[in-house]
Amino acid sequence: MNQYLEIFIDESKEHLQTINEQLLELEKNPNDLSIVNEIFRSAHTLKGMSATMGFEDLANLTHQMENVLDGIRNHKIQVIPELLDVVFAAVDDLEAMVNSIAEGGDGKRDVREVVQQLKQIEQGELPTTQTKQETAPAASVLTQTYGEFEYNILQESKEQGFNAYEIRVKLRADCLLKAARVFMVFEVLNEAGEVIKSNPSVELLEEEQFDQEFLVTLVTKEPGEQLQQRISKVSEVEEVVVAPIDMEQLKIAQEQAEQAAVLQEEVAATIVAEKEEQKEESKEKEATHKNATTNKTIRVNIERLDILMNLFEELVIDRGRLEQISRELNHPELHETVERMSRISSDLQNIILNMRMVPVETVFNRFPRMVRQLARDLGKKINLEIIGAETELDRTVIDEIGDPLVHLLRNAIDHGIEMPEVRRAKGKPEEGTVKLKAYHSGNHVFIEIEDDGAGINREKVLQKAINKGIISKQNAANLTDKQVYELIFASGFSTADKISDISGRGVGLDVVKSTIESLGGSVTIDSEEGIGSTFSIQLPLTLSIISVMLVEIQNEKYAIPLSSIIETAIIRKEDILHAHHQKVIDFRGKVVPLLFLKDVFEIPSVKEEEDFFSIVIVRKGEKMAGLVVDSFIGQQEVVLKSLGNYLTSVFAISGATILGDGQVALIVDCNALIK
Amino acid sequence: MVEVQETELKVIVFQLKDEEYAIPVQQVRSIEKVQHITRVPRTPKFVKGVINLRGVVTPIIDLRERFGIEAQPFNEQTRIIIVALGEVEVGLIVDAANDVLDIPTKSVEPPPEVIEAVEVDYITGVAKVGKRLLILLNLEKVLDTEKVV
Repeated sequence: MNQYLEIFIDESKEHLQTINEQLLELEKNPNDLSIVNEIFRSAHTLKGMSATMGFEDLANLTHQMENVLDGIRNHKIQVIPELLDVVFAAVDDLEAMVNSIAEGGDGKRDVREVVQQLKQIEQGELPTTQTKQETAPAASVLTQTYGEFEYNILQESKEQGFNAYEIRVKLRADCLLKAARVFMVFEVLNEAGEVIKSNPSVELLEEEQFDQEFLVTLVTKEPGEQLQQRISKVSEVEEVVVAPIDMEQLKIAQEQAEQAAVLQEEVAATIVAEKEEQKEESKEKEATHKNATTNKTIRVNIERLDILMNLFEELVIDRGRLEQISRELNHPELHETVERMSRISSDLQNIILNMRMVPVETVFNRFPRMVRQLARDLGKKINLEIIGAETELDRTVIDEIGDPLVHLLRNAIDHGIEMPEVRRAKGKPEEGTVKLKAYHSGNHVFIEIEDDGAGINREKVLQKAINKGIISKQNAANLTDKQVYELIFASGFSTADKISDISGRGVGLDVVKSTIESLGGSVTIDSEEGIGSTFSIQLPLTLSIISVMLVEIQNEKYAIPLSSIIETAIIRKEDILHAHHQKVIDFRGKVVPLLFLKDVFEIPSVKEEEDFFSIVIVRKGEKMAGLVVDSFIGQQEVVLKSLGNYLTSVFAISGATILGDGQVALIVDCNALIK
Repeated sequence: MVEVQETELKVIVFQLKDEEYAIPVQQVRSIEKVQHITRVPRTPKFVKGVINLRGVVTPIIDLRERFGIEAQPFNEQTRIIIVALGEVEVGLIVDAANDVLDIPTKSVEPPPEVIEAVEVDYITGVAKVGKRLLILLNLEKVLDTEKVV
């Protein structure tokens, strides 16, 4: 049961996401029926699944939503933003229910209000002039029965000018490869149109679980005779009968069945409905099963990947040992084997790291909804463009990046984009554009949030910063534009004249900055007043593997992240100068303070001081410092590990890594060292 | 049979100086031999550093130092007992890991007022098994992170 529940939750979330996305599309193109159909399909599947799983509230609400969608599809209801608001609210409720189920709840929720609203929409616009046609031309004989879903497709394709046929294919009695013939027939059919239903089912047909003949329902634009001729060309086919489906007749049969079902569903999802849904469900399953063969994916718990990663690291450590032993023994065959193993394991490493990569889409896809809501709340017109949603990032980064992005987007919409009338006055299009762009570059991923709004007003920012005591008046004049923009990331800073709910109370952007920096990334601002602003976030591809410079201090080894290193140098003792009790060096014309890691980390002395110092120049923003070490070991890619939950805040140590010899080396946090 | 299970406590028994201590077996993950420990700067003295425990970086506490017993160089008997308490996983350095015992819960008594060297805080009780006196440790107190770093 549990495993089904998991699948149910995952798939429900996917369907809800689709509904969300398509609803937004629909708002832009209210007359595009294919979008409505897309939503309808997702909603329908969701309804079926939840009824099967026994989540009645979920099924009920989805059912009401479906009715409204049906109205839209049949041109009975007009798509207007107010209507979509209600539908969005319904989707929110659905989401809340699915989340409650995911957290182990019962998925119950008071949805009467939304249901009521949906019903009103459904009825308020319903034309009463619909007359039933009782005439039933007996031109064709219906031999297949159709579920609601199939019926809908048939009806819809009829409206779009497709013909529906029931095709009876009879194979010769001495046919040897029945499955092959079936395949060929289906190939012809799929070329001509879309197979809606087959009896027996396709799977049974493929397994040759049928006698001599089978029935297929097809929607196509081709005329019947032509179809018949084409199918007859398949060898060993004895007889082909193509009969058009009469929609009127079908409708009557269908309506009778439906009315009964609707009545019962009104009370609750009854057994009858449920059975129907189950049939639907199994059909859907078949469909997904078929998809699976073309796009083989499985869901893997991230924890398992972590375990795999840990085990792999063990392997890497042992590989290091093996390499050393083989060097010592100098045995050619052993040498060769070990080398091969090394190569294979580095391939393996790439694959494992890649498995942890997730497209940023998983974060981005919730933004369109949010932006729409914000825009409506603020009375602004905003078009959100998402570019590069397929860009991949490590799972751990993905998990952290959501909130900062929400903040920046809200900031852009609230403070960046102007009100429509202001924009018109400035000669800009009323609708503001916010671009969310992600792309790879080197070992980094960039995420940019670009708006064509008001831009940042230098004077206003400076004034605020001076008022809040963030900078002094004297300093203010010398700042470059970039430095001024940086000020809005300072804590306790907010440029909005009035505090709004949307982008927080000035606690926002500094948190954004620190979150991004804690991920090993950085954020910069570009802006032109009146034209717009761009917030650019640079993130490491992965958090779990970083490049470091290994250094030795006395008998201890430390790793310094390459991302903070500017360069390394070796200086003579005499080159060290003193300024305010602080040892400094003159480095390319700049005075750089020295930090003796031996003292900072209280490393016990075992070696004598030499006349030369090895120095790693590191930076934090614009500031620099020289870390004094004993020697450089070299550059290396290492796996970043946490120190665990016991040692939570060790000074100037951001984590640890395991070296080739199995020992642990600590990673220096340069940001903490430079104040 | 059920009754017996309920009234017995399975513990790992280890040695520190002259005393025998006990930790419930549920809190123990594994017992390891001493391996290379990487010192972590600016931590309390009893935090010896971290080790690589099958790919997981695990902090190590020297119980002797934690309890204020004079230090002693590691020898063949020295062991690291890996314990887990909620989310926290830590290794404890002990003089030797002696035994796995079932002790009847009724033989556990509240801690006496004075126990040599070890603060009474760290103790949940004392159990007498035959001639042996086992001190039951309160891991929560021993690992109290408030006092660390």
